[in-house]
Amino acid sequence: MLLSLICARGYVVPFARRLLDFRISKIIRKKHRYITACTVIRHRWMRNAPTIYAYSSRVCSSQSDKNIDMSKFPVENIRNFSIIAHIDHGKSTLADRLLEITGAIAKTDQNKQVLDKLQVERERGITVKAQTASLLYTHQGSTYLLNLIDTPGHVDFSYEVSRSISACQGVLLIVDANQGIQAQTVANFYLAFEAQLTIIPVINKIDLKNADPERVEKQIEKVFDIPKEDCIRISAKLGTNVNQVLEEVVKRIPPPTANKDHPFKALVFDSNFDHYRGVVANIAVFGGHVRKGDRIVSAYLGKTYEVNELGILRPEEHPTDRLYAGQVGYLIAGMKEVKEAQIGDTLFHQKHPVEALPGFKPAKAMVFAGMYPVDQSDYTSLRSAVEKLTLNDSSVTVQRDSSPALGAGWRLGFLGLLHMEVFNQRLEQEHNASVIVTSPTVPYRAILSSAKLIKEYGEKEITIVSPSHFPDKSQVSDYLEPMVMGTIIAPDDHIGKIINLCLNRRAVQKNMIYIDEHRVMMKYLFPLNEVVVDFYDRLKSLSSGYASFDYEDAGYQTADLVKMDILLNGKPVEELTVIVHKDKAYSSGKAMCERLKDSIPRQLFEIAVQAAIGSKVIARETIKAYRKNVLAKCYGGDVTRKMKLLKKQAEGKKKMRRVGNVEIPKDTFINVLKRKEK
Amino acid sequence: MSAAGDGDVAATQPSIQHHLCVFGGGTPSLAPPSTIAAVLETVTKHAGLRGDAEVTLEVNPTPVGVAKLADFVLAGVNRFSIGLQSLRDEDLRVLGRDHDSQHALRTVEEARRLCPGHVSVDVIFGRPGQSLACWEGELQELLLVCDDHVSLYQLTLERGTHLFKQVHSGELSLPGEDIMACMYESARRILEERGFLQYEVSNFARRGAVSSHNMGYWRAGQYLGVGPGAHGRFVPRGEGGVCREARTLTLEPDVWMREVQRWGHGTRRRAELSHTELLEEVLVMGLRLTEGISHQHWKQFSPGLDLQQVMGVSAELQELQERGLLILDHRGLRCSWEGLAVLDSLLPPLLSELQAHAHAQGAVGRTTGSE
Repeated sequence: MLLSLICARGYVVPFARRLLDFRISKIIRKKHRYITACTVIRHRWMRNAPTIYAYSSRVCSSQSDKNIDMSKFPVENIRNFSIIAHIDHGKSTLADRLLEITGAIAKTDQNKQVLDKLQVERERGITVKAQTASLLYTHQGSTYLLNLIDTPGHVDFSYEVSRSISACQGVLLIVDANQGIQAQTVANFYLAFEAQLTIIPVINKIDLKNADPERVEKQIEKVFDIPKEDCIRISAKLGTNVNQVLEEVVKRIPPPTANKDHPFKALVFDSNFDHYRGVVANIAVFGGHVRKGDRIVSAYLGKTYEVNELGILRPEEHPTDRLYAGQVGYLIAGMKEVKEAQIGDTLFHQKHPVEALPGFKPAKAMVFAGMYPVDQSDYTSLRSAVEKLTLNDSSVTVQRDSSPALGAGWRLGFLGLLHMEVFNQRLEQEHNASVIVTSPTVPYRAILSSAKLIKEYGEKEITIVSPSHFPDKSQVSDYLEPMVMGTIIAPDDHIGKIINLCLNRRAVQKNMIYIDEHRVMMKYLFPLNEVVVDFYDRLKSLSSGYASFDYEDAGYQTADLVKMDILLNGKPVEELTVIVHKDKAYSSGKAMCERLKDSIPRQLFEIAVQAAIGSKVIARETIKAYRKNVLAKCYGGDVTRKMKLLKKQAEGKKKMRRVGNVEIPKDTFINVLKRKEK
Repeated sequence: MSAAGDGDVAATQPSIQHHLCVFGGGTPSLAPPSTIAAVLETVTKHAGLRGDAEVTLEVNPTPVGVAKLADFVLAGVNRFSIGLQSLRDEDLRVLGRDHDSQHALRTVEEARRLCPGHVSVDVIFGRPGQSLACWEGELQELLLVCDDHVSLYQLTLERGTHLFKQVHSGELSLPGEDIMACMYESARRILEERGFLQYEVSNFARRGAVSSHNMGYWRAGQYLGVGPGAHGRFVPRGEGGVCREARTLTLEPDVWMREVQRWGHGTRRRAELSHTELLEEVLVMGLRLTEGISHQHWKQFSPGLDLQQVMGVSAELQELQERGLLILDHRGLRCSWEGLAVLDSLLPPLLSELQAHAHAQGAVGRTTGSE
C-alpha cells in the first residue's frame, strides 16, 4: 500500500500544481478531507491503545539500551516523522527537546542544536546535512520507536528534503508565533502535502513577548487549510507543551506501511563519508529486514555490496543486529564513494530483486561558479579540501577550469545559491582555504538547428555551462533558460517596491493573496539567473528584512539569449564574456563597463571599455590616461624606499594580464568577477 | 651630508675634497649656530671641505629662525632652503606648521639679504580644498618675493599623521588626480614664463642657481649621511672597499646618540649595492633630471651595456618612445616634457629591461662596475 502511495506522490510535477495553488483551493480542501480521514482512522487506532503515560527518559536509560533488539519494534509501534520549518523558527531547538525528553541525550544547558553538527549550520541557523535520531518513547504502556528524520532546511536541498520526507509518514510543521508563515514554510508545506503526509502544525516561541499564536493559527487555516484547532502551541526553548508534541506524533501520524515478510527493500535518504569505514548510508527499510553479512544491491548502479555494519542513530551510531521493515537506521557496506550511495536510490537483497522506489533522480546542478585559490601556490591544498568536501556531498559537481587571469581552479555546480554559500563557508571554516568565487551563472540550453552541430554533440538539445560553448544564433532554433517559481511573503507596505524589483528581474506574477490582514504572499515565475546574483539581498534590504523568499525548480523556457563580449581597446577579454538575456544586455553591459572603469588603474594611454554583442557595441566607458604620476620628492633618504616600490611595480607588471596593450591587475578581475559580498 | 656627528665623517679619507654640505631633514635651524659651526669645523678637519663648498641649511620660517639666520651665515652657511610650504595661513594650519605667511615672507627677505641668489623656497600644492585658480594665484604671489630657486612638491599623505586621518575620515578632501595634474602643469608653465628653468621633477632655478647638492643625488654621486635616520651612498675606501654601499643610520635620535658615543658611529645597516642595483639607481635618479642621462654619464657606471642596448627591443619601451614620452638620441636618454610628469610609469618597464640584461650578462657586471 505504501508503494502505491509513493507512486501517487509525483515528485516531478509539483510545479504545475503549485502554480495554481490558490486557484484550486477546492481541490486542496478535497485533499484535506483525505487527511482528516486519515486522522480519524488513527484516532480509532488510538482508542485501542492502552492508556498509561510514561516517558522513555525513565524507561530507557543509556545503560538499558546497550543491546536493542530491533524485532521488538513491530511496524505499528514505529513513527517516522520530520520537522520542517523556515530558518530560525526553532526546528533544531525542538529536536533538542525531543531528544532530551526521550533520553537520547542528557538534559543539560549545552544541548543547542545537537543535530546541527557543522559550524556553518550553527552560525546560519540552518541544517545542511540531514541527521536522524531514533527516539524510544513509552506511551500508554507501549514503547514506540520514533524516528526523527531531520531534513536540510532550505529549498536548494528540496530534493534531499523530498527524499527525507519520503521516508516519513508525517511532519511537524513549525511556525514562529511572532513571524508567522514565511516563504519557506510554504515550500516545505507543499513538499509534505504532495507526499500526502500527516501534517502537524506546531506554533513555536509562544514565550516571546510579541508572540501572536492566534494570528498564526489563522494564517495556517487560510494558507494551508488546516483547522486551527489542530495547531499545537509550544515553546521549544522552555519545553512548554513539548510532551504533547510527542503524544500527537504517536496519535496522529500513521505507522509506516511496511511488511517484514516481504523481500528486503530500503530507501537511501542520506549518506555520509567516513574516512575509516567508507560510506555510511542512512536508510529507511520499506520491506523485509537486513542484517550483517547480507549481500545487497544498489538499484541505480547495480553493484553488489556486503553489509559490514548496521544500526540505528540515537543520534550517535548504535549498532544492532538487524533492521526490520518500517525502521530507519544506518548501514555500512563497503561503498567507497558517496556517489555509490546516491540519495533516493533503492537497496535490495541480491537474491530477491525488487522494483526500485520511484522518484529517484541524480543531483542536478543549477548554479555554477568558478573557484580559484587566492594564491596559486595554494592550489594543491585547496584541491584536497574540495575533494574532502565533495566526498560528503555528492550533489556538488566539480570540473577543472583555468583562467588566464585567475589561474588554475574549478567550475563547481551547486543545487542552488545557499548550497553554494554553504559549500564556500565550509571550505573556509573547516579547511581554512581562502578562495575567489566568481559570480554565479546558470546552465542554459540550446536547441540546435545545424545538422553539423547536432552530429557533433550527438543530440539536438545541449546544455551550455560556459559562454565559450555558446552556439551562434544561426545554428540554433531556440535558446532556453532555467526558470524557478518563487514565493515571497512580506508585509503589505513593501509590496510596491517588491513588485518593481520582480519586474526588473523579468519575473511574471502568477498569484497574490493576503495571508492575514497585513501580510501578502506572492508567486512569481523567475528566470533563475535573475535570482542567483543578488535578488535575495535586495529583497531583504528593501523590505527591512521582513520579506522571505523561496523558490523551486520550474523547468526551462525559451529565452532571447545573447553572448556579450567585453572589449578593452577593441580586444575581447575572454574571462568576462557572459551569456545574458537580450533585454538585460544593455544594463548588464553598462554595469560591467562601469565596474571595469572603476577598477582598472589608469594607464599612460586612454582605454576604451566596451560591451559588445557580435560586432555591435552596446555600452562604452573610457578610462582616461593619467597626466601625472611622479613622486614629487626624491632625495637621499627616499631613494631606498622608492627603489623598493619601483621594483615591486616592475615585478607586479609581469604578473598582470595583458589584453592588447592594456595591463589588468588580478585584483581587477577579482573585483569584477567575484560574487559581491553582502 | 646632514646634521651633526663625527664617527662617520672621520671614517673617510680626508684627502678627498668634499664640495658641499647640507643640514637638512627635520629642523636643523633649531640648533644653535655654534653647533652648526662646530660641525662644519669637524667636517673640514676630517673630510676636507673645500673653501667654496656649498653649505646649505634647511630653515623653518619661524620668528626664532629669522633671528638666527645671520649667525648661521657667520658659522659658515652660504645657502638657505626655506620650508615655506604656503602663503595661506589657513593652509599652514592644516599642514600642521607653526608659522604664518608673515613669518615666511620675513624669513625669505632676511635670507635673501644674507645670501642673495642662494635662497630656495619649498612650496606644496594639492592641499585640501585648493583649487587650480587658487594655486596659480598663490604661485604668482610667491614669485614676486622669492629668490632664484623654487622646489615644488605635491602634498603626499603620510600614514599616521593627523592630516592623513582627516582625509581618510572625509573631514578634508584633496583635489582629484586630474586637478593635481593641472596644478603641476600650470606651475611648470608659469615658472618657465618667469625665467625659471625646470632642471628636475620638482626643482626650478633661474640665473643658474641650481642646487649642486641635489644634483649630486640625481647624478648618482656619492654622499655621506650623518645623524639620526640619515642615508648614505659611497664606497668606503678607508676600509679598502671597492663597491658602493647603501648605509642607513639609526633613526631614533637618543638611540643614535648612545650608539655614536659607544661605538663611534650610528650606522644601523650597510648593504653593498650590486652592479645592477647601482645602475637601477643611476637610471631612476637620472631620469628625474630634464637633461636625463647622457651616454657619457651612463658609461661611467656601465661600460659594458649602453643605453641603446637597455632600451633594446622591448615593445613597451618602443611604444613609450613612439608616444613621445621617452627620448633616446645622440645625447642620451631623457623624458619629454609630458614624460617627466608620468615618470613613475616609465620606470618599471625600464627596470624590467635592465634586470633582464643583467641576468643575461651574469657576473660580468660586478667586476666592470666598481668605482
